[in-house]
Amino acid sequence: MSALTVHEKLAILSDAAKYDASCASSGSAKRDSLKSGGIGSTEGMGICHSYAPDGRCISLLKILLTNFCIYDCSYCINRSSSNVRRARFTVDEVVKLTMDFYRRNYIEGLFLSSGVIRSPDETMGEMVEVARRLRLDEKFGGYIHLKTIPECSQELVEKAGLYADRLSINVELPTDEGVKKLAPEKKPETIRLSMARLRRKMEEKAEPTLRTKKRERFAPGGQSTQMIVGADRTSDDGILHTSARLYGSYHLRRVYYSAFSPIPDSSSSLPLQKPPLLREHRLYQADWLMRFYGFSQPEILAGSSDGMLDLAIDPKLAWALRNRGQFPVDINRADREALLRVPGLGTQVVAKILETRRHRRMRLEDLGRVCQSIAKLRPFIIAEGWSPGALTDKAGLRDKIVRSCEQLSLF
Amino acid sequence: MQPAGFDLARYNVRLDSETDFPGWRDAARRLALNEVSPEDISWHVAADSDQPPSDLPAVPGGKQLVVPREFIGHAETAFCHSDPTRFAFLYRLLWRLRTEPRLLAIASDPDTRRLEAMEKAVRRDSHKMRAFVRFRKIGDGDEERYVAWFEPDHFIVERNADFFVRRFTGMRWTILTPHASADWNGERLAIGPGAARSDAPAQDDTESLWRTYFENIFNPARLKVKAMQKEMPKKYWRNLPEASLIPDLIAGADKAATAMIARMPTTPAPHHAKVQAKHWPTREPAVMGDGAHTISELREAAKGCRRCPLWRDATQTVFGEGPDDARVVFVGEQPGDQEDLAGKPFVGPAGKVFDAILDDAGVDRQKVYVTNAVKHFKFEPRGKRRIHSKPNAGEVQACRWWIDRELALIMPDLAVALGATAALSLLGKAIPVTKMRGQVIEREDGLRVFVTIHPSFILRIHEPADKDAERERFLHDMRQVKRLMTA
Repeated sequence: MSALTVHEKLAILSDAAKYDASCASSGSAKRDSLKSGGIGSTEGMGICHSYAPDGRCISLLKILLTNFCIYDCSYCINRSSSNVRRARFTVDEVVKLTMDFYRRNYIEGLFLSSGVIRSPDETMGEMVEVARRLRLDEKFGGYIHLKTIPECSQELVEKAGLYADRLSINVELPTDEGVKKLAPEKKPETIRLSMARLRRKMEEKAEPTLRTKKRERFAPGGQSTQMIVGADRTSDDGILHTSARLYGSYHLRRVYYSAFSPIPDSSSSLPLQKPPLLREHRLYQADWLMRFYGFSQPEILAGSSDGMLDLAIDPKLAWALRNRGQFPVDINRADREALLRVPGLGTQVVAKILETRRHRRMRLEDLGRVCQSIAKLRPFIIAEGWSPGALTDKAGLRDKIVRSCEQLSLF
Repeated sequence: MQPAGFDLARYNVRLDSETDFPGWRDAARRLALNEVSPEDISWHVAADSDQPPSDLPAVPGGKQLVVPREFIGHAETAFCHSDPTRFAFLYRLLWRLRTEPRLLAIASDPDTRRLEAMEKAVRRDSHKMRAFVRFRKIGDGDEERYVAWFEPDHFIVERNADFFVRRFTGMRWTILTPHASADWNGERLAIGPGAARSDAPAQDDTESLWRTYFENIFNPARLKVKAMQKEMPKKYWRNLPEASLIPDLIAGADKAATAMIARMPTTPAPHHAKVQAKHWPTREPAVMGDGAHTISELREAAKGCRRCPLWRDATQTVFGEGPDDARVVFVGEQPGDQEDLAGKPFVGPAGKVFDAILDDAGVDRQKVYVTNAVKHFKFEPRGKRRIHSKPNAGEVQACRWWIDRELALIMPDLAVALGATAALSLLGKAIPVTKMRGQVIEREDGLRVFVTIHPSFILRIHEPADKDAERERFLHDMRQVKRLMTA
């Protein structure tokens, strides 16, 4: 086999990385290059520098260090039994690519992941070396996300946290049974322990040290994870239960849901179909309800027959239709918590309502001016001059709303 | 009120440039303080106006213009909008604010909404500039420079330049746009006149690598063209080196995805068998708890415990800790948040209280064995917290299997039940702990069980005096335990 060019390696190792959903570059510490005279900054909000036709943002150079792998996870294109072409970047090549791309403003930084070769420590060691070189030799101030290999040593995790903004460990599948079946060499127990280890380290480093009174740097962008949706038969309720557990237990910044995508050279143990993108979207919406709208996980699907999110309508609307007794809500009187539960009212609109109604009583038209559409929310609110009457409890309400929202739908 | 003899004709205000906010601010202040109503003013930018500017009235002595503090910030942002009527619009807002100071808080007012929309457009354009500027490198070594051509919708180069300075401090760069240019020589930022596309370099070799990346990071099975175009509208495409790939990627996507699905699974790669044999030799069967002869073997076996469903949500089994030949075994309820993460019993807040009181009582924690009635953390997630839930009788019963073996291997003289769950586990029945506190109950197998509360009970008391009293009582209990140990 002749040596591959950087072009060929990039083609193989970015193709191999595209099944990771996360491309976030936000939520880290603020940092710029004014003092260091180097290159790079992070200013809280991440920037999407491009978009692929799959609608996904391209913020980071998302590549694998190598796609050689000793694991044989059936959903993964890089599993050891796959016939995919293999390649391996050197540390130099990754550092140079990152800097060349960053200088031209193509990217916010690097998301480096890797297949596991030889041993977890050896692979993780090389990834940490890339991050170290970028930070120290190149004075790189951009975003670095390292996918952590669960089995690697504590020292390497410490170093990774020193240079990276975010660390992540993928739980892969929503249940341990799923992991055992589809990723037989992976140990869910080890994945949990690694996440616990990261949370403890982050909490420990958040305390000022006794000697210098300064906080040591350790992955200021926190940790995240990814779950594949649709590769096994776990219900949405089960998936959300796992997410709630992960948020609570390991203080994750984000759980990413990745609709299982058929891969070239697929394993026969997997569904051969287009990825369930709408389901993925509804899961993200439900995830938002838990994190920003005050919903507890069991509430979201309580009373549903099959534990699955309704694909035709958003999860908050579906919840409201099942819990009509809590409506209508008076937008001129209700507290923030109650307003957040009204379908169609987002956190920003709720903030505007709370501010505006201090000065004037709001009518339906006023509401129409601050939010996108009132079609969804009319049956659920009382406003000045508006009461839904029997509409809230009407039998065909769901279908009626679905019809009136169809034109507004993103899908 | 107009000063006597002042001409009521229209005022022509001339601004130095599209981004001359100080000029607008000064003129607006003078005019508003002289009660000049919006319809009497006409605003122009120097470059595109031959209208002679009017002399603006002076600020009347002692008068001050009072507007909400946040208005200036909003106005400054909206001022960058390309809408030619923005000067007049912002003056009208200023005019209204004098009598309606809360106007900006009324989100449903049409003027407030328009201001918000203009600001949003400017912020979005600034953000897109940060995203879609593409530098091309020219020269090498000391001559190395990075030059970009960009076409913003609004007048945002000035307000955005600092961002590029903060980010690309260590390189020399120039951003050219039709309206203005920004240049950083490594030390100083200079804002210059507009330029033409042909002033920027025509190519850069690294772009072909970037295009390779763009092509390969795209997943054809997830085509969502609308979502892409919403965030990356076509108007930006002509200055993005990767954008020319998009039509072909879209056209080929369905075929690529169908081909991917249609392709039958192939036989495993040739090296697969070797990798499997080398890295994943068949595992030896797990140690069963039954065959454990020491506490450490038992601990190992408990790692995979599935006797009740609590393992599902917990991080790990938190087994007992202490010497194999301890004279006394303390039994708590279950691990908490910290114990679940650390894998050790009594290391959280309640554990710290427990340690301190044991110390005060003169009991050496190194010499005692501490464990829990239930060995997995039972909780309900609430955002980023885990709320402790009490284990039920079934879970306590299931976990007794482990406690029994721990006690059988250690053979202590005394077991201390910390709280009701521990008492239930050790005695096999529920007892009123507060009533029976301090008592020693002898089990059928001869093991003496000392009953007291769980140290977390002390933590839950808010009243400091009550808390101290409870701590004192618990210390008294621990002293009694120490006496029983030596007895």
